[in-house]
Amino acid sequence: MLRDITIGQHFPGNSLVHRFDPRLKLVLTIAYIVLLFAASNPLGLTLSILFLAVMYKVAKIPVKMIGKSLKPILPIVLFTAVLNLFFVSGEGDPLVHFWFLSIYAEGVRYAVLMAVRVMALIAGTSLLTYTTSPIVLTDAIEQLLKPLGKLHFPVHELAMMMSIALRFIPTLIEETDKIMNAQKARGAQLDTGKMTDRVKALVPVLIPLFISAFRRADELAMAMECRCYRGGTGRTRLKVLRCEKQDYIDLAVCIACFAVILASRLVFPNY
Amino acid sequence: MSDTILTAENLKFRYDAEQPVYALDGVSAQIKRGEFVAVLGANGCGKSTLAKHFNAILLPESGKVYVEGMDTADEDKLYDIRQTVGMVFQNPDNQIVATVVEEDVAFALENLGVPQDEMRRRVDDSMKMAGIYEYRERAPHNLSGGQKQRVAIAGVVAMRPDCLILDEATAMLDPRGREQVMQTIHYLNRNMGITVVSITHYMEEAAQADRVLVMSKGHVVMEGTPKEVFSQTEKVRSLHLDVPQAAELRDELVKAGIPMPEGIIDTGACAQALYELLQ
Repeated sequence: MLRDITIGQHFPGNSLVHRFDPRLKLVLTIAYIVLLFAASNPLGLTLSILFLAVMYKVAKIPVKMIGKSLKPILPIVLFTAVLNLFFVSGEGDPLVHFWFLSIYAEGVRYAVLMAVRVMALIAGTSLLTYTTSPIVLTDAIEQLLKPLGKLHFPVHELAMMMSIALRFIPTLIEETDKIMNAQKARGAQLDTGKMTDRVKALVPVLIPLFISAFRRADELAMAMECRCYRGGTGRTRLKVLRCEKQDYIDLAVCIACFAVILASRLVFPNY
Repeated sequence: MSDTILTAENLKFRYDAEQPVYALDGVSAQIKRGEFVAVLGANGCGKSTLAKHFNAILLPESGKVYVEGMDTADEDKLYDIRQTVGMVFQNPDNQIVATVVEEDVAFALENLGVPQDEMRRRVDDSMKMAGIYEYRERAPHNLSGGQKQRVAIAGVVAMRPDCLILDEATAMLDPRGREQVMQTIHYLNRNMGITVVSITHYMEEAAQADRVLVMSKGHVVMEGTPKEVFSQTEKVRSLHLDVPQAAELRDELVKAGIPMPEGIIDTGACAQALYELLQ
């Protein structure tokens, strides 16, 4: 049952979006989030969503995947929308007045805009993780943060930790499965009983798991030392990320789209 | 260049300086260039400890260890020593660092700062040698134990070491995986001239070696060709070790009064002797 857990939410493919340089993709995703807040008028938001829809189409990500990524944040969206609905006051008479709560036209507008914006934000960042494998993303983060290394920020160490974590997640899941089966064979009841009982039953699973993880860490450290690991200085890479012509074209197209969206906000602030 | 690649001189080591128990208690051994040496011994006899001294993972308490004439206690030579002596451990899962096979094979070269195009070449070469080239883009956790262990071997071989130390590298594998790994090791030993020191529990593996060292309680107690060592079945058993099945069979037959020639340790030779006897 633990085997079904997918790591990250990578959706492999070979589209333009998939092949786009991960560093640029990451930066553009951040820019897109900023854009969602900068171009906050309905027109800007509509254009932003249109842009995202086109990107999803190009990446050939099925529509139901968007639904899947939005589902967990739906309560938060509803909560913020409801708060906005009741607490934003506007000019003129309220639309509805009930006891101490009143809803203004302004509030409805804000609530809808906020909900749509948050959903676009999640869908936008999901596109990044759908089209970029965690390994490539780690590489991109390492390269983007490299300048911070001059300020003694441990960039290489962080990236190494992330990639080792990714490497060992499947191994540890497999091990958890084994330990759970071993405890079940000894009569442990992991799937039945009250909540508190089930949590208590996990203790004999977690303790061996932790001990084994420490042992693994020890051995891995030794194996790394044997292969001359000595931190990030003087290290070269087998695969180096390089921007090619296509990447620059993609980048230019995205920047142009973002500029149009931003301009729409400045030219038609009231729409 | 001298004949010997690894030398241990009166090596003493203990894990806990407050305890009088020595894991290695005066070990002297020499490994010749190009040799295939098997190290045998019951659990806790110090064979893994000895292996870890050969690439400066552990440093001797007293005595000396030389790798190609370099003293392992010399910190300036540490990375030269580790490049000369590659080490493969028991659990393949715990020595694979990267999430893609070819990137793991490249790990050592990345650490050594090898330029990218040369790295590509060396990675491809060592993956082909270990017979894992076709899995180069797979994730290690999707491979079988034998395949994973060959990934680990390729990762070490990419450093172009002169010597390979296998610390029970086949102990966790199924028979087929063990077969694949041993084939790879023998290929590297014969065709690439890589010296191999294999610590093992499998007598059949040891029988294929050029030389066997048997350790007990921190000492080297027997040394010689597999024939010389395994012919002394009584002594080998007294050290809590098995002998190869062929040697055991020969022993039992001699005890039963059937004349069998000495020095039979592998199945082929045993079958031949029986065939001749029956004619």
